[in-house]
Amino acid sequence: MIISRLGNWPGMDWWSPYGELERMKQDMDRLTQGMLLRGFQRPRLAGVFPLVNLTEDKDNFFLRAELPGILPENLDISATSNSITISGERRILDESDSTKYHRREREGGRFSRVVSLPDQVDPEKIDANCSNGVLTVTIPKAEKSKPRQISIKAS
Amino acid sequence: MTDTTKALQAREKEEVATPAEQTVPGPTFTPAVDIFETDKALTLVADMPGVKTEDLSIDLHENILSFTGDVIAPEKEGELDVYREYRTGRYVREFTLGELIDQDKIDAELKDGVLRLTLPKVEEAKPRKITVKAA
Repeated sequence: MIISRLGNWPGMDWWSPYGELERMKQDMDRLTQGMLLRGFQRPRLAGVFPLVNLTEDKDNFFLRAELPGILPENLDISATSNSITISGERRILDESDSTKYHRREREGGRFSRVVSLPDQVDPEKIDANCSNGVLTVTIPKAEKSKPRQISIKAS
Repeated sequence: MTDTTKALQAREKEEVATPAEQTVPGPTFTPAVDIFETDKALTLVADMPGVKTEDLSIDLHENILSFTGDVIAPEKEGELDVYREYRTGRYVREFTLGELIDQDKIDAELKDGVLRLTLPKVEEAKPRKITVKAA
């Protein structure tokens, strides 16, 4: 569209009554696109226990999983430069014979899951911590995959 | 016996609508529970990962037992989602108890995200063996 293209042109707004509107439309598009990419994304379920959330900041990836009642000694975490494997076993202890069950919804069993990471990481410095039944694995990014600050030289 | 060789299946948390709206917006989930009884007590075990002791409340009113646990999002400021498979929020569940419970002796323990509630039965509610005499 010629109008929309011209609307982008700085200093050309004066002759196009749609310039302002066009800019607003572009802002809206950018906003909704951002939302689609971040918050409103449908969770992608791998369908493998445990379900994980992966977040990142400048230096680390954070992998979290809800593992209620799983003891650290029954949990095994291993890593390569671009993936993490969480495996283990959840044991649900049987009560004594004299108990009568009303409900049994909690499940026990073995699990193993590989989570691939979107970038290279430093497997030597991975740290795992379990508190209140939530496992948090802090995975430092490899030096070369960290964002680099680029300084602009004044000529 | 629990079959320990069985593979665990991933399950999405069950979201529930609470009868009254929450003041803090966010999802509410149903925790998975085991309930069993012995002659002396009723025990309830619930999976509530991420709940801290101070964010858990247990209430027994008349014969309705309810427990609520809030999960504070563990993400620190500056963390961006790469992907998200589970959500965090509040856990709520309510049960109607058929037995009389000795309210003073209720014991609650929260460890590694698992709540264990022991509800001792009052003396009268404990079953008494009744012998049937042969005529």
